[in-house]
Amino acid sequence: MGQTVPLQVIVNGESHESEVQARLLLVHYLRDELKLTGTHVGCDTSNCGACTCLVDGESVKSCTVLAVQCDGAQITTIEGMAGDDGALHPLQEGFWAHHGLQCGYCTPGMIMAAADLLARRTADGPISEEEVRKGLEGNLCRCTGYQNIVKAVQAAAEAQRGVTA
Amino acid sequence: MIPGEFDYVVAGSVDEAIGLLAEGGADAKLLAGGHSLLPLMKLRFAHPSLLVDIGRISELRGVDTGDDSFRIGAATRHADLQVRDDMGLIATAAKQIADQQVRNRGTIGGSLANGDSAADLPGVLLALEGSVTVRSRDGERVIEAQDMFQGYLSTAVMPGEVITEVRIPALTGYGYGYEKFNRRSEDWAMVGVSALVKASGGVCEDVRIGLTHMASTPLRASAAEDALRGKPLDAENIAAAAQLAAEGTSPLGDLNASPEYKRHLAQVLTKRALTTASAA
Repeated sequence: MGQTVPLQVIVNGESHESEVQARLLLVHYLRDELKLTGTHVGCDTSNCGACTCLVDGESVKSCTVLAVQCDGAQITTIEGMAGDDGALHPLQEGFWAHHGLQCGYCTPGMIMAAADLLARRTADGPISEEEVRKGLEGNLCRCTGYQNIVKAVQAAAEAQRGVTA
Repeated sequence: MIPGEFDYVVAGSVDEAIGLLAEGGADAKLLAGGHSLLPLMKLRFAHPSLLVDIGRISELRGVDTGDDSFRIGAATRHADLQVRDDMGLIATAAKQIADQQVRNRGTIGGSLANGDSAADLPGVLLALEGSVTVRSRDGERVIEAQDMFQGYLSTAVMPGEVITEVRIPALTGYGYGYEKFNRRSEDWAMVGVSALVKASGGVCEDVRIGLTHMASTPLRASAAEDALRGKPLDAENIAAAAQLAAEGTSPLGDLNASPEYKRHLAQVLTKRALTTASAA
């Protein structure tokens, strides 16, 4: 065992305190310690984006972040996207309605990256295909050819615009 | 992949980080965003005994805008720079670094300290003729961009020194362009080109071209710069200058690109970057 470090984080609204090894990666903390296995390990080299979650509202590749770097942070994983009543997040709705997945392995990372993209957006109009593709450039899908993923994110953006309009 | 074991300490200030780094000895490393260091640690290419986390030091974050320059805190993230269109070339380049997840963590000081000639910012700093300020127990010194990058992953930053600030000139009146070519956004550039052009009455008064991944360090395309300086900024002169972009370089080939292909890319991308910079 190497040095252990106290860690306090809020994950999906719930506070957690642990003693963790300094070398523990955020993705392993989420999956192995908290049993939140919706965040996937894909390439494990910060390429594929399957491990994307939000730290203080911004997307990160959790295979390339130490858990201890997140001490005091608010973390959101795919498990935290649906409402308390189980209602799907507009992005989840979009992926469902537009068949934005086949095997589903990349899906949690896609949705978390898309959440950052939509939150970061300052323009008012509909989000273009190009904007979605650029925004999701850090996430790889080996099944879909991305067509339906782009449609799903565009639909979610429209749904959110509808809500806030 | 899991990094080897190490000790970890959070520094509350730059002075504290300098002390911890000095006491930690030769195998102590600074950790900011970790997006150069952690991948190397996971591959066990790097195994520091101690990580001093400087990612929470507020004095290292943010941009001071002066009359003729920008002072960028070393732990300022690419995500912070990508929205600063008032900063010109560096913001344009920051937008193109990897992907949003990486930009949300990676820092300017970390990228420059890693000194990878295939990374975006070293070539940008060289073209801008910026500088890096470092501090250690012995005091503070400024490293000019032209002295910063010394070899493959090797910089002028000495053991025990902490990069505190990156300074770039505002270069008011310069147009700029940044072009790079890669297979996927996460990949390092096969070749990248930064161009800055100052025009006066349609004539090129000054031009600076930085080359990414054409050698073990970033380079200036001096022959192309000399060819364009003083000439009318028309398509013909830009194309002629761009033909000289790879002059004097001998890039190494890799899995993605042969030396000949890289030299070709340097010419093509220089033409594009100069065209964008001249149109501004």
